[in-house]
Amino acid sequence: MEMLARTALHLLLLLLVAPLLQGVIVRTKALFAGRVGAPLLQPYHDLARLLRKECVVSRTTTWVFLAGPAAGVAVPILAALFMPFGALPAPIAFTGDLLLFVYLFGVARFFTVASALDTGSSFEGMGGAREVTFACLAEPIVLFCLIVLARIADALSLTALLGPHLAATWRGPAGLSLGLVVVCLLVVLLVENSRIPFDDPNTHLELTMIHEVMVLDHSGPPLAMVLYGAALKLMVLGAPIVRLLLPVNTGSWAGDALVFLGGMLLLAMLIGVIESIMARLRLVRIPQVLIGTTMLSGFALVLVLR
Amino acid sequence: MIWFVAGMLLIALSGVPGLFADRHGRGGERLACLLVLAGSAAVAGGVIIALASGAPALLTRPWTVPGGELALRLDPLAALFILPLCLVVGGGAVYGLGYWPQREHPGNGRRFRLFYGLLGASMLLVLTADNSLLFLFAWEVMAVTAFFLVTTEQERAEARRAGFIYLVTAHAGALALFALFALLAQETGSLHFPAAASLAGGSATLLFLLGLFGFGFKAGLMPLHIWLPIAHAAAPSHASALLSGIVLKTGIYGLLRLTSFFAVIPPWWGWTVLLLGVISGVFGVALALAQHDLKRLLAYHSVENIGIITIGIGLALLGRSFGLPELTLLAMSGALLHVVNHGLFKSLLFYSAGSVVHATGSREIDHYGGLLRQQPWTAVCFLAGAVAICGLPPFNGFVSEWLIYLAAFGASRGEGLNLRLAVLAAPALALIGGLAVACFVKVFGVTFLGAPRSAAAATVNHDAAPSMRGPMLALLLACAWIGLLPGTLAPLLQSAVATWVTPVKAVNLAAPLAPLPLVGATGWVLLIYLAGLGWWLHRRTRQAPRDVSTWGCGYAAPTPRMQYTASSFADLLVSQFRFGLWTERHGGKVSGIFPTTREFASHTPDAVLDRVLVPGFRSLARGCSWLRARVQNGRVPTYLLYVALTLLTLLIVTAR
Repeated sequence: MEMLARTALHLLLLLLVAPLLQGVIVRTKALFAGRVGAPLLQPYHDLARLLRKECVVSRTTTWVFLAGPAAGVAVPILAALFMPFGALPAPIAFTGDLLLFVYLFGVARFFTVASALDTGSSFEGMGGAREVTFACLAEPIVLFCLIVLARIADALSLTALLGPHLAATWRGPAGLSLGLVVVCLLVVLLVENSRIPFDDPNTHLELTMIHEVMVLDHSGPPLAMVLYGAALKLMVLGAPIVRLLLPVNTGSWAGDALVFLGGMLLLAMLIGVIESIMARLRLVRIPQVLIGTTMLSGFALVLVLR
Repeated sequence: MIWFVAGMLLIALSGVPGLFADRHGRGGERLACLLVLAGSAAVAGGVIIALASGAPALLTRPWTVPGGELALRLDPLAALFILPLCLVVGGGAVYGLGYWPQREHPGNGRRFRLFYGLLGASMLLVLTADNSLLFLFAWEVMAVTAFFLVTTEQERAEARRAGFIYLVTAHAGALALFALFALLAQETGSLHFPAAASLAGGSATLLFLLGLFGFGFKAGLMPLHIWLPIAHAAAPSHASALLSGIVLKTGIYGLLRLTSFFAVIPPWWGWTVLLLGVISGVFGVALALAQHDLKRLLAYHSVENIGIITIGIGLALLGRSFGLPELTLLAMSGALLHVVNHGLFKSLLFYSAGSVVHATGSREIDHYGGLLRQQPWTAVCFLAGAVAICGLPPFNGFVSEWLIYLAAFGASRGEGLNLRLAVLAAPALALIGGLAVACFVKVFGVTFLGAPRSAAAATVNHDAAPSMRGPMLALLLACAWIGLLPGTLAPLLQSAVATWVTPVKAVNLAAPLAPLPLVGATGWVLLIYLAGLGWWLHRRTRQAPRDVSTWGCGYAAPTPRMQYTASSFADLLVSQFRFGLWTERHGGKVSGIFPTTREFASHTPDAVLDRVLVPGFRSLARGCSWLRARVQNGRVPTYLLYVALTLLTLLIVTAR
């Protein structure tokens, strides 16, 4: 019974709060630009509006076109079951679930890019090519970070990796590694969610887009699912960063949930700040930044392996 | 055992009755298919009976060859290689009815089936031989019959070249194996295979290196993979499936059998194998990404997957060197399961690729496009194979890679940096996985999605024939079974690992494999989620207008030629691997304000064969002919000098 309640709380937190983070990012950027900005709840209105709308489907497409949005929503919901939200443990935890977590996002990527190629548009092909390229370079970083965390925790499930020992680890000799891991995970979060400086979600030039250009042809409910999926993914991938930076166990589930939500809002504001003060990188620079980050994560590993 | 031998004989002789049948009739091919199916079923039955009995099945008969003995041994390690073999050999025979029918290929169909059966049976013999001479005999039969399958279409220059290179490499490898088994016989005093963990000291290092070279050639480890891409591309698709899915694995089997003989494994063996695996994995998939010939691309993926298997073997060897049974179990069961998995999904991919090639008449990926509409069955099978080979849940590829990952993570807990550094295999596997996703999204997207890119693709009007569809679906089910119910295989894996290395009884070997059912359950949940959401989206968009064209950013007259091609999709990634691929680019430079028609072509030749070996041997041949011209210069005084010098040398030698 308690297990069911925990799962329900976990999923409710994810499903209800995720779009809010997008609103916080947009609001932060608006404040930096000196505008009032859209209301915080605007993403919910957008989703509701898109779900009501009719959609248009290109004549070149097949059922694969719809598989992309479906996988985009299904995968973060499933992956969230392995990811602890702050001090709230994940509903499912077993040895090796961290690899399942990483590879589930591979499924989402496979179908998102396939659904982009399904339209037969050169722009969407271009977006897909960029997406898979940067994901290839980001994947070793994730693994390096996971190895560091696994070595510190001496366990192989995400709940144990992000357990209560982190507070002590920050003060110990492995604190530096933990700091590097946070930086690397933040870079991965920005790449995977197509954020500045790697991609600009608000750009209006198709040639420069990465994620946005892959979903040019989606409209109505499929587009709503794409946007909702992106919001869920931001929250699920942001959760480990929040836990690493706020390793607080309050003792009650309500307190834990509040700490986690506060952390997520702060992370969303941080992303908004980064988006406001940085320019978008040139496309050829992105692989270099990612390889540099891989080196950084490798260094974090060296520090804990020696 | 009697079932096994009977099945092997049935498969071996399956092509013989067809030789006396009508050149254009269907009787011969149907009989051959029936015999192969019956043989495969009998072999599978024999293996299952042997496994159920718990002890390895043995068969020993005298043989007139000196030192030889007809000794067969069927243990769980061999069983893991034989079971996928039965499925692929049997499936290939059925597939051939639709793909290579006798009436369309009266010239080579009968020969093909004769050697197909012989190849299947010789591999069964390789996997069960318990005597060096018998092993080498079966190994040679396998090498030669595979040569005849590669050169099925011997009227094409491409097939002849592929066959020649294959034959050269197969015999270079076999030479090393002759030396290996001669040394082994000297060491043990008998040609019978020694018992597991019974060899100590002596020429262990030399044996290992010879084995790595000889078996590495067959398996296609990275610098030795040169025969693989051309041979797989030239053979008919069901022969490619057999070559790639099963024949390569005999190399892996040989390496495993050999390493099981030794009592002590030095750490550098594990490290060598691990490094070779990482190189094969990363460069195999990078070369695959740069290809635009569908079957050549799949062949490079075999190199990649052999790399993944070898990473697992390397970790298992390290586990043995450092005395960590848990690490050994995880790594070796991952490697063995990947052997099975690769046999299944690579055959599935080759079968569906064959269906595409059959329908379009081309192997160029850039000539396809939009085939999903005309070939829905093929597309679904290819998609499943692609998801499986990328190691993504819910299919079988993920399960084996997951086990190897766990082993790599386990290495980080070991004593000493010498072992802990092996954890770096995990990021390498992640890179390989990411590149594989990129490659298979490219292939699936460019082949089956979008609009047709050529007239041939636009006029495709048939899906795979039912006889081709059946084996494809059977393989798909097998992939899904391992992916969704991986726990069912755990006991077999455990006993196979125990055959390879005698387990330390103190360790509970079931514990590391315990989470397997949970991995399967996650796959089920993923499938249910996807089905539910997909069904809802489908209902919601059923009324949507579908007569609009793709949004071209305002451009009103797009053509299918404007789509992203396979080469352009891979270009961004391939350019990251410039240092190892040396892609050739021709043309493409545009100049002036109103440029005229320009052409652009890119081509990535093999990094070892076309870049090193062919130029190297060519300059060696040139050097030798230069030397011959100097030595044999046609002047009588020089020849007299040679005679005088020879006499002088002989005098000195005899005088001493």
